[in-house]
Amino acid sequence: MDIRSQIAMVFHLDKCIGCHTCSIACKNIWTDRKGAEYMWWNNVETKPGTGYPTKWEDQKIYKGGWVKNGDKLELRVAGKPTGLTKLYHNPDMPVMDDYYEPWTYDYDHLFEAPAGSDQPTARTISLVTGEPIDVKGGPNWDDDLSGTPDYGRNDINLRNVSAEDQEAMFQLERMTMHYLPRMCNHCLNPACVAACPSGAVYKRGEDGVVLISQEKCRAWRLCVTACPYKKSYYNWSSGKSEKCLLCYPRLETGQAPACMHSCVGRIRYLGVLLYDADKIKEFASCPENELIDRQLDIYLNPFSEKVIRDAKKNGIADSTIEAAQKSPVYKFVKEWKIALPLHAEFRTMPSLFYVPPMLPVMGKMENGVYESTTTNLWGKIEESRLPLQYLANLFSAGNQDKIKEVLKKLMTVRYHRRQVTVNDIEGSLLDDAFESTGLTPDVADAIYRLTSLVKYDERFVIPAAHREEAIEMIESTDDRKGNTGFGEKKGTRRVF
Amino acid sequence: MIDSFLLIGLPYAAIFIFLIGSILRFRYYGYSVTSHSSQFLESDKLFWGSRLFHSGIVVLLLGHIIGFLIPKSIIVVTSTPLWMMVIEVTAFAFGLLTLAGIVLLIKRRIQEKRLHSVTSKMDLIVYFVILTQVITGLLVAYYHRWGISWYASSLVPFLRSLIIFMPDQAVIASMPWLIKIHTISAFVFIGLIPFTRLMHFLVYPLAYLWRSYQLVIWNRDQKAMHSSKNTREGVKPVNN
Ligand code: HEM
Ligand code: SF4
Ligand code: SF4
Repeated sequence: MDIRSQIAMVFHLDKCIGCHTCSIACKNIWTDRKGAEYMWWNNVETKPGTGYPTKWEDQKIYKGGWVKNGDKLELRVAGKPTGLTKLYHNPDMPVMDDYYEPWTYDYDHLFEAPAGSDQPTARTISLVTGEPIDVKGGPNWDDDLSGTPDYGRNDINLRNVSAEDQEAMFQLERMTMHYLPRMCNHCLNPACVAACPSGAVYKRGEDGVVLISQEKCRAWRLCVTACPYKKSYYNWSSGKSEKCLLCYPRLETGQAPACMHSCVGRIRYLGVLLYDADKIKEFASCPENELIDRQLDIYLNPFSEKVIRDAKKNGIADSTIEAAQKSPVYKFVKEWKIALPLHAEFRTMPSLFYVPPMLPVMGKMENGVYESTTTNLWGKIEESRLPLQYLANLFSAGNQDKIKEVLKKLMTVRYHRRQVTVNDIEGSLLDDAFESTGLTPDVADAIYRLTSLVKYDERFVIPAAHREEAIEMIESTDDRKGNTGFGEKKGTRRVF
Repeated sequence: MIDSFLLIGLPYAAIFIFLIGSILRFRYYGYSVTSHSSQFLESDKLFWGSRLFHSGIVVLLLGHIIGFLIPKSIIVVTSTPLWMMVIEVTAFAFGLLTLAGIVLLIKRRIQEKRLHSVTSKMDLIVYFVILTQVITGLLVAYYHRWGISWYASSLVPFLRSLIIFMPDQAVIASMPWLIKIHTISAFVFIGLIPFTRLMHFLVYPLAYLWRSYQLVIWNRDQKAMHSSKNTREGVKPVNN
């Protein structure tokens, strides 16, 4: 057993209001620079929709992630040795037009325009060429456009949803959508790391944050292709690839990442998961229908004495083990099993889990009548407005049963709270719900509490980084007393 | 006088600058060593330009290096007219690929507005030097046939005489001017490497082939520290 600690996350999709505050918080801190304008380390997509970059989930186009080849796990295109043949020109790399050409406005013109009969306007100016452009796309260009043919209908997750269901899904009354905030998943089996020929992309041992060493990156750009989530971006100005760094300078000082701290819907949770690194290869290459279960198996119970002993032997700090025991992520993912990884079939073992949205469970057309007054308070999950297959394609590698289990648990919590607060649940509905999901009133209350009541300290349980110890290894802290910081800073301007 | 400057002074200066310069650049400005890919801004034209250019130049460069390292075997092989013919024609073909590639690359740089913002002055100089080099190379091959053979038998001894610090200018002084230009421009090219994007082929990531896929780096590797005998220093972090 090789126990490691991973900072993992849960996003509760029912709570996301699609405000994009997270994206802006991130942009302001990290990517408001030349060459990085188009990078949205955190972005919020509307589903059904095509996402950012357009159709990123379609690996026929982008060729990201791992594929199972017999017993072996291989990168879809990058990998050894084929990656090295793609350095001069990589046919599978997304280009600027798959994202958008960043722009600003000619504000000066508003002040300097000569007097005339029209109001002066501020034209859009390309941030690449400096010339006027007509904007053809942008981040979240498909925001709230789930019903449209260009976006909603082109969602790859509709591929195996029956034609009938799809037709029904786009009827005006049944149209539905939800938001999907996305960021780097800091995967346990990251494809970006595996694809980088220079070895510039690496996982931090202490907390599992995946980073790109700007010093070592040589712009071979294979991480961009390999990441199936398209969360590694190429900086066209500095000639280096960049990605979400989970705000590690904030984490190291005990603060939540900016996107999480600023989240208006308070949908985000962050905490430690202990896992067995020896199992990564085996579990990542299991049959597709076992992917979810195997991934849950890799996470260890932080209360088990054996796990604690082995963790200590591996040098994991007591404070980290304690954080793992208090981790909200452990509760959602492992204890309650109501959070699932996005697209487990990419086989990178993401460390970001989603509590799937309940909103589609309402109403069904029957004999041309829109049925919203069911005897069953919220209708049945099987008859939900959004075909379950769609959610299953997103969150459980196509397995409908898995997503149904989760939705039923979420439903049970609602029944239970309704009963507690309003006391109008009839008959055996609640008992049946508890029985079929295996929840108890106590657990339902705990889920309710963590979902809606807890404050910052319980949503983000961040272990001490012990950076002071790490720094002692590099330099004498005495020499640095009274100084403002460690490390060095270099400009990114091109020298030659 | 001018000959000994161009054929002896310049080569020494170029090799010295190349060796010291690329080490210093790598050591102190390692950050700036990158291929500066512009594929993100324009991909379709790059496909032809870059693929043609690189498949040509890499083969030609390797050919020159092999000839330099083992001239005797080259002389033996090329003593058979058929083999000489085959090698010569192949090399010429790769030369044409390179020329086509660099022309396409230059055309692309000029045509695509987006690329202007990521083009440095040094990039233009690199285009110029490479273009000179490829064109003179092709002309040499055309006008002074069987270059493979005389490169190995006549030019390599000159290059080697430089290496052992007993420069023998006589060999090259009698060569046609086209060959002199090709040689001189080659040294200019070498001397420019540390100051341009050309650094990128020195960091060809061959080590990828034998490293494991996943890479995990500890700031403070507790496990290694526990098993380390060195009580004072522990294990130096390999981060960054
Ligand atoms: C040894 C293996 C080599 C590799 C892996 C390699 C890789 C690359 C890459 C990735 C680019 C960027 C292309 C892009 O814009 O996406 C590039 C550009 C370039 N390389 Fe190489 N290269 C190699 C050898 C060479 C050699 C030997 C030369 C010249 C002697 C050379 C000259 C150039 C030039 C001039 C460019 C700029 C092309 C342009 O943007 O117009 N390369 N190379
Ligand atoms: S989401 Fe992509 S960039 Fe992030 S760790 Fe996974 S493979 Fe790498
Ligand atoms: S800030 Fe929170 S609620 Fe707003 S879009 Fe982002 S994840 Fe959703």
